Amino acid sequence: MKYVVLIYSNPTTWAEMPAAERDRALGVHNTVLKELRDSGELIRVDGLTHPTAAKTIRTRNGVPVVTDGPFGEAKEFLAGVWAIDVDSLDRALQVASPVAEYDTVEVRELMDLSGMEM
Amino acid sequence: MTAADVEGLLRDLAPQVLAALTRRFGTFATAEDAVQEALVAAATQWPVQGVPDNPRGWLITVGSRRLTDQLRSDLARARRESAAAALLPPIEMVAPAADEGLASDEDDTLTLLFLCCHPALSPASQVALTLRAVGGLTTAQIAQAFFVPEATMAQRISRAKQSIKAAGATFAMPPEPERAARLGVVLHVLYLIFNEGYTSSSGQDLQRPELTAEAIRIVRDLRRLLPDDGEVAGLLALMLLTDARRRARTGTDGRLVPLAEQDRARWDRGAIREGVGLISESLAGTRLGPYQVQAAIAAVHDEASRAEDTDWRQIVALYDLLEGLAPNPMVTLNRAVAVAMVDGPRAGLEILGTLQGDDRMAGHHRLDAVRAHLLEMAGERAAAREAYLVAGRRTTSLPERLYLEDRAARIVDAVPSDR
Repeated sequence: MKYVVLIYSNPTTWAEMPAAERDRALGVHNTVLKELRDSGELIRVDGLTHPTAAKTIRTRNGVPVVTDGPFGEAKEFLAGVWAIDVDSLDRALQVASPVAEYDTVEVRELMDLSGMEM
Repeated sequence: MTAADVEGLLRDLAPQVLAALTRRFGTFATAEDAVQEALVAAATQWPVQGVPDNPRGWLITVGSRRLTDQLRSDLARARRESAAAALLPPIEMVAPAADEGLASDEDDTLTLLFLCCHPALSPASQVALTLRAVGGLTTAQIAQAFFVPEATMAQRISRAKQSIKAAGATFAMPPEPERAARLGVVLHVLYLIFNEGYTSSSGQDLQRPELTAEAIRIVRDLRRLLPDDGEVAGLLALMLLTDARRRARTGTDGRLVPLAEQDRARWDRGAIREGVGLISESLAGTRLGPYQVQAAIAAVHDEASRAEDTDWRQIVALYDLLEGLAPNPMVTLNRAVAVAMVDGPRAGLEILGTLQGDDRMAGHHRLDAVRAHLLEMAGERAAAREAYLVAGRRTTSLPERLYLEDRAARIVDAVPSDR
């Protein structure tokens, strides 16, 4: 079963963290990623640039309008996306949990194109 | 020979060559890598230069050379690192002549299947390793079939081989008392491979290799090796009878067509004939098992020339039997549908009620989908529509979601005043 692990971060939390603590917390991420890579469960992993670099597109009167900055006024922004292929939801939650130390982590199953005969 | 012919030949030879090299060199993991390299070499060279007179011997020779090179460099490193390496018996370093052919190929394929489907592995790893070592597929092909990057699949296969080694498994048949249970795992893995291929909808993923064909090919092999095993025959029959409906189960737009609405003229008559023959023979002879009963159910469906001719009474009886042999909530769910067709939707809904508290079904879209279907049969349109929508939200399959949303919309279209 394929899942995405969506990591929502508050950039201020990370920016204000003591360097040693940040290194330790990032080390936790890397340990989990190494485990996933070694077991053949990791599909891909991406980190996202700072939300201030985001562009938001809205369509106004049929015309797409691009503005600078992220959509909405949230404090937490999507900071990282992992795609994993694991045997169960329990396994997905198990690998995602250590990452939730400072961030909010959302685990979503991917839809597939298969289908049972109804 | 065309590239496709060569590929077919290589698939047949792969397990034999792997078995010969594993027996000779004693290490399954490295032999498996060497075979993969030999297969890739053959797949590029043979279509151009022609197939050698003794293709099996050619592959064993090429694989042996790779293994010998590997062992030599390992030994050289060991010498540098430790004087103890000098104690290694020199006989291990010598590559024997090609194609010794000690044991029969038959036993080899079976032994390999048992090894690849070792209980220490996760189902995903069992599937991947079986397709590579027994099926002769490349890592790239397997990765493509499961929509993951090649590096991910390569790592999964390598980890699977490490786990086999760590579990202390060797290239030998499991001891007799374990064999029945281990064969059960093998059959389940082959069933998973088939299902992965069968449930994929056509159209959007044209590049997917024919996993169903691969599963059927391996089960055919297995049946040749174990002709008296009723469950092997049952699994082969189940695959043939299910695959026979493949062309009718998806519309041109990739949408799912339910069994009742399929164009039965598009079913594969040859596969149905073979499947029915197999299951009839096996039901008459051997001890009954779940695959045989599922095949018998598929046969009843396939033998009805119109949906309304389906012998639902017989299907109910078979589901009763299946529930006794292998009780699980999915079987109960399917029995509820069959009972509804015989005794009406209320009787079916009553059976669904017994699944209400079952943790294994909690939140499963299929329970809601069946409930929706039975409610619709009972004329409870609003409740049916709601259940279809709940099922549509819960499924992880895109074609299923489209199908369930369609059904919900159809109810609204039919009775606008119902809302």
